[in-house]
Amino acid sequence: MFDLQWLLIAIPLASGALLLIWGKEADRFGHLIGTAASAASFLFGVVLFAALLGKDAEARSQSTSLFTWIDTGTFHVEMGFTFDQLSGLFVLLITGVGTLIHVYSIGYMEHDPRRRRFFAYLNIFVAAMVTLVLASDYLVLFLGWEGVGLASYLLIGFWQHKPSAAAAAKKAFVVNRVGDIGMALAIMLMFAQFGTSAIHAVNAAAPGAGDGVATALGLLLLLGACGKSAQVPLQSWLLDAMEGPTPVSALIHAATMVTAGVYLVVRSGGVFDSSEAARTAVMIVGLVTLLAGAWIGCAKDDIKKALAGSTMSQIGYMMLAAGLGPAGYPFAIFHLITHGFFKANMFLGAGSVMHGMNDDVDMRHYGALRKAMPITFATFALGYLAIIGFPGFSGFWSKDKIIETAFGENLWVGLGALLGAGVTAFYMTRLMMMTFFGDKRWKDDVHPHESPKVMTYPLIALGALSLLGGLLLVGDWIVEWLEPVVGEGEHHELAIPAIALTGIITLVAASGVALGYFTYGTKPIAAETPADSSVSVFTRAGRHELYGNQINDAVVVRPTTHLTRFLVWLDGKGIDGFVTGLADRLGETSQFLRKPQTGFVRSYALTMFGGVAILVLCLLAVTLA
Amino acid sequence: MILTILAATPIAGALILALLPRETGSHLRAKTVALGVSLITLALSLVALAKFDPESGGYQLTSTHEWISAFGAHYAVGVNGIGITLVLLTTVLTPIVLLAAFGDRLPDPRSTNAYFAWMLAVEGLAIGAFSATDAFLFYVLFEATLIPLYFLIGTFGGPNRSYAAVKFLIYNLVGGLLMLAAIVGLYVVSSRQGEASYLLSDLQDLDYSQTTERLLFLGFMAAFAIKAPLFPLHTWLPDAAGQATPGTSVLMVSVVDKIGTFGMIIWCVGLFPEAADWASPVIIVLAVISIVYGALLAIGQDDIRRLIAFTSVSHFGFIILGIFAFTTTSMAGATLYMFNHGLSTAALFLVTGIMIARRGSARISDFGGVQKIAPILSGVLLIAGLSSLSLPGLAPFVSEFLVLAGTFTRSIPAAAVATLGIVLAALYILIMYQRTMTGPLKEGTEGVTDLEPREIAALTPAIVLIIGLGFFPQPMLNAISPAIDTVMSHVGSNGGKSDPAPKSPTIVDAPAEEEGGH
Amino acid sequence: MNEYITLSLILFTIGAVGVLVRRNAIVVFMCIELMLNATNLAFVSFSRQHGNLDGQVAAFFVMVVAAAEVVVGLSIIVSIYRTRRSTSVDDASLLKS
Repeated sequence: MFDLQWLLIAIPLASGALLLIWGKEADRFGHLIGTAASAASFLFGVVLFAALLGKDAEARSQSTSLFTWIDTGTFHVEMGFTFDQLSGLFVLLITGVGTLIHVYSIGYMEHDPRRRRFFAYLNIFVAAMVTLVLASDYLVLFLGWEGVGLASYLLIGFWQHKPSAAAAAKKAFVVNRVGDIGMALAIMLMFAQFGTSAIHAVNAAAPGAGDGVATALGLLLLLGACGKSAQVPLQSWLLDAMEGPTPVSALIHAATMVTAGVYLVVRSGGVFDSSEAARTAVMIVGLVTLLAGAWIGCAKDDIKKALAGSTMSQIGYMMLAAGLGPAGYPFAIFHLITHGFFKANMFLGAGSVMHGMNDDVDMRHYGALRKAMPITFATFALGYLAIIGFPGFSGFWSKDKIIETAFGENLWVGLGALLGAGVTAFYMTRLMMMTFFGDKRWKDDVHPHESPKVMTYPLIALGALSLLGGLLLVGDWIVEWLEPVVGEGEHHELAIPAIALTGIITLVAASGVALGYFTYGTKPIAAETPADSSVSVFTRAGRHELYGNQINDAVVVRPTTHLTRFLVWLDGKGIDGFVTGLADRLGETSQFLRKPQTGFVRSYALTMFGGVAILVLCLLAVTLA
Repeated sequence: MILTILAATPIAGALILALLPRETGSHLRAKTVALGVSLITLALSLVALAKFDPESGGYQLTSTHEWISAFGAHYAVGVNGIGITLVLLTTVLTPIVLLAAFGDRLPDPRSTNAYFAWMLAVEGLAIGAFSATDAFLFYVLFEATLIPLYFLIGTFGGPNRSYAAVKFLIYNLVGGLLMLAAIVGLYVVSSRQGEASYLLSDLQDLDYSQTTERLLFLGFMAAFAIKAPLFPLHTWLPDAAGQATPGTSVLMVSVVDKIGTFGMIIWCVGLFPEAADWASPVIIVLAVISIVYGALLAIGQDDIRRLIAFTSVSHFGFIILGIFAFTTTSMAGATLYMFNHGLSTAALFLVTGIMIARRGSARISDFGGVQKIAPILSGVLLIAGLSSLSLPGLAPFVSEFLVLAGTFTRSIPAAAVATLGIVLAALYILIMYQRTMTGPLKEGTEGVTDLEPREIAALTPAIVLIIGLGFFPQPMLNAISPAIDTVMSHVGSNGGKSDPAPKSPTIVDAPAEEEGGH
Repeated sequence: MNEYITLSLILFTIGAVGVLVRRNAIVVFMCIELMLNATNLAFVSFSRQHGNLDGQVAAFFVMVVAAAEVVVGLSIIVSIYRTRRSTSVDDASLLKS
């Protein structure tokens, strides 16, 4: 049965292609085909996962090779897939959340004339993402990696008539390509070093390759992961990517694609375990992004951008956990899954709010929506409680474990993660207060209303998952489940009992909530964004995304533009100019030589006579001498 | 014999077209005859493919006849895996180009016959050059391709066509002249060591002194480096492609320029492995410069056709890099790249050509929001563009990655700088797509209607091949690899280069036996 | 015998000077004929002097060529005269009109 795991990819891929080729006749039912394909993939994933549960721990990695993709010289790559404990969980997350978002999109995109195309792109995304996680070779993983990048490009720019959307799509693709340099070079290094890029073989051989190679591989893979997962320094595309339709933000830029970087690091455990330096780099990147994302989340008034900042920050947590080595891997994946639930939930909730508010995204125009949209409010609240780590909710368990492990590694890393938890609670409370509580600040022509059932049911499902996701940790199930894949972590003894640390974390989160409530819940909120000059320097920096775009412009974009202009000039005047200049000189020379050619027959004849005379004289001279 | 027929068919078709009386109106008869001839050629090439044994690395379908015995020239044809790949590229692309050219508006519509006849002539001569196994015959055919292309650019191109055509001709003639000198030199060497012969197999067995070999290599290489434009010899290409009709550009860049890179493998590396090895550091540097330089200039262009020409400079850089990195992987990648680049550039030139003809301008800044009114056109442009930026899953990715992976084992800096090209490629394609296709509809762009069925029919085979070869490149690689092995073993025994071995090799598990974890 | 050679030299010199100084195409043409005939005379004289026929044969060749030249040359002159209404060689100093 596991030989058929390629069907997980083929079903949505075929559906996507079909929807694109079929044409306008499929407009009426295209969305249904798309949703059905995603659901079918999910059901098959469940069947496979159940079969995996029924097997012994050693037999839970099921590989199959579809065909030989590339084979020449010393280069050999199989189009191979592996369904194991890790990829199985991912398949369920991708197709499960994916299906819910498909259903939601039926309602959300109802009035869009290009809805069929939207579903085709979503299907292609699901196919590519499943390829990414099932791949048993880094090059196949790269195929999925770029496939999701393409889907992301198409979906961010789905409303292409908006120049901002088109620009954001291009930016996302290009920034991701910078990360891809890392991926591509890593795979080349694998070939040069190990003669293969099979994930299993590379990770098995990495410890024996020496520290330098492992570090290089780790850092290159990290560069790729930074691009895809919007980690500092390649974070700038994620906030712009919110130009895409909200279901896209939920599926691609919150729940699944952006977490691919974390998956890559965990999947390459063998490489990162062999290099202390690479692991530390992952940890630092995670920690920096965690705080940067939270900072941005505090300052944005655009509900989607605030959530996007939060996504950055939460992925920072996952990266941080992944940087902690085998002890952190299961918790990185655990947080990835719970985050997939609650962040998808909140993004879809935000979409539902926008749907009721004429697509306005500015939270300063919201307020008091809890009565107008009770279901959206209730489900959003479940996501909120999960992300701030309210005891019992899914985020509580996963974040708690990461912070705990971080303290086991290093006090300062632990403190940074703890600070992040407090800030998270603050900005999420701010978001809740501005959106659902306080006074009405609606524009006159806005009449908020609850979204249709096709949109609220997925919200309810995701809300329930946000609440119950913590069950995966019952009896350390997820840790033991993933252990054969990611290895067993050593357990650090903490200075204080774990339960006390949990208490501290909860306390920090609670103070974040309190601060948020007193700042935004008790005072009226201006309906217009205060000018930059009237806010603190911290808010200003957060609003400008910590000047990430400005830095990119100054360091990369502008120099490249100047270089390009210079080279265009050089090519025309310098290189081509040399050649055309040569031609011009030749032309001038012949103009000069042309002058004696008067065209008068007699002067030619005279020249001839003269020439003959000279020749005769020469001959005579030679003969006589 | 089949190769002779293959090359002769389009030439005969061209003669028939030239003799056909002129028609008025849509010139449908001439167009149909041309397309028919190219389809027959395609069918014949498939017959040749069926007769070809991919397992063998040697020359097949050979036939040899004495031609000019005074200096040992033969009429000798035959193909190995590299040759058959490029012959196939030629026969596949020509019908696509011809079908797409049905709608070309020529400066003088009465010359439609000549237009199609010249295009068929290019096809026939290119097939001949790809299958020649005699240096003299190859030289003659290599130079002969200039004639039809000169007329195609100079007669049917844009307003600045005569400048472009003369530039094209002079550049290529200079290269050809240097090659002629090398050809004469070959005769001298060959006649001193027995009976003079230009046969590839005989030339390979000659003993060259070091200086002679290097000089001869440079003679050949100069011609090929101009043909497959290598920085800094590339400036004729943007001018020619900027003025030529899309069909001409495709034949020039996708087919005829490939004779240059083909010649580098078969003639430069094949005959002078030691000299090729000696020159490789310089050529690798130039190739890497080409990759980055072509890409940066493509970003800076406003004329779509010049942009595509510069992307080709960048892609030819990859191909040349792959050849002179001297690994089986990179050379096989380079050969596959020749085929794939032919496809993706053809799709790109043709679809933008349609767009440009409808807008009446080739400037990117004159377009905007076309996606709205021409969704199929924009979809095809996107796929062609994505293949040009080597998106995994599309054909060029496989070849580009093989080139890079092979180069990496030889020189990490070269591979690393070349990898920069993938970011720049994303920039030049996506910026063009963004400016032409997205945003609000620009004034003046209303006339850009969507693709007609004929145009869809012309472009579909290219798109299908681009996607298909992205996932199933293996049939092509199966034919290419043995030929590359032969070339590499020749290089190994004469130039002292062989594939670098992995530094800490692993035993590659069969995937089925893999058990998870590490 | 020397008289013939002297006459030939004189005729040739007259022809050469005529070609150089006259502008009228017809006169130039006649001068060329004069030079040809001067050489013919020299050929025949030398032939007679040496007692073999090679010089006679050469003279015949020159006559044939001169006849052909007259035909082509005169027709060119006539057509130039038709278009330009002049037979001056200096008027036709460029290859294009």
